[in-house]
Amino acid sequence: MILRGVALLSGCFIIGQLMGETLGRWLHIDANVGGVGFAMLLLILAQKELEKRNLFTKEMEDGVQFWSKMYIPIIVAMSAIQNVRVALSSGMVALLAGIVPIIICLAMMPLISKISKTQS
Amino acid sequence: MDYITKVLSKNGLIVAFLVVGLVMIFAEWLSKVLTNKKIPGSAIAIFSGLVVAYIGGIITGGNKGIADIRQLSGFELMGGAMFRDFAIVSTAMGASFSIIKKTGLAGVISLMVGVILSFFVGASIAVAMGYQDAASITTIGAGACTFVVGPVTGTAVGASSEIIAISIATGVVKSILVTIGTPLVAKYISLDNPQSAMIYGGLMGTTSGTAAGLAATDPKLVPYGAMTATFYTGLGCLLCPSVLYVLVKFIYP
Repeated sequence: MILRGVALLSGCFIIGQLMGETLGRWLHIDANVGGVGFAMLLLILAQKELEKRNLFTKEMEDGVQFWSKMYIPIIVAMSAIQNVRVALSSGMVALLAGIVPIIICLAMMPLISKISKTQS
Repeated sequence: MDYITKVLSKNGLIVAFLVVGLVMIFAEWLSKVLTNKKIPGSAIAIFSGLVVAYIGGIITGGNKGIADIRQLSGFELMGGAMFRDFAIVSTAMGASFSIIKKTGLAGVISLMVGVILSFFVGASIAVAMGYQDAASITTIGAGACTFVVGPVTGTAVGASSEIIAISIATGVVKSILVTIGTPLVAKYISLDNPQSAMIYGGLMGTTSGTAAGLAATDPKLVPYGAMTATFYTGLGCLLCPSVLYVLVKFIYP
């Protein structure tokens, strides 16, 4: 059943979202903290467990794969609903404050990569 | 003609599937004919999405890009946070848990550096552009994190709605630039393995921008970048209105 895969993904997604919202509440901030990340970890762990028990079928994988392949079309749709008009017309502050930090953060990339390498 | 509009808006999500499909076919074709597949079709499609959003904004004067055109309102659902996050989570299947664990510390460091550095650079630009009050400086600095951190912070510290709008725009500019720029800089920052994708996600933060940019670079990297990026907005909402605001207030009482 292909729906088992979709249901597995949905289960991980909802639990992850709840975890993210709960963490946000604990920290007293009005935001979801890492909901997507938790859901991803749950999915990876669930897949591992199911494979161990030989319960992870090809059809189940297809159910998740479908959404994974829908990812880029969804991102295209997401780009199409961004407020590009306001972003381009909000003047220099928004443009500079949007662009310059990215460049400076990019410059930090090799340094942190080095930390990651010495660590492993 | 009215009944056509009705059918289209009633079946909005399906119309969005169709239109995105057409855009992607067109983008693949452009990629093959114009760039000899040097620029991937997905990158062109995502960029086309932004252009379409701009056109939609100009035509309607609204804030939701193409989704403000009634016949295409289904884009709001297809491109909204629910489907986006659902699809991002699905990409985790087959991702390696051991790599995530191994890069964990570097991921956390990149998150801290990403939020704090973006905030201070954004705040400095606000100061350089003449803002003097702590609330405005903090809100624009927060906008330099993501377009969620900006308004959340602005509301918390009591910034004016004009400043909040600027902070959202700042975050959107960032997200758009990361979307377009990631495939272009990938080679120079050796963004070609899961470890560096996790660090990149932590430094850039914008989940939409990072995820779209990585998708255009190498779809295999998406889950790793998204994994860290998803914690960025939360961390920003935690630090900006609290510690960082207090710090700015100390300098600009």
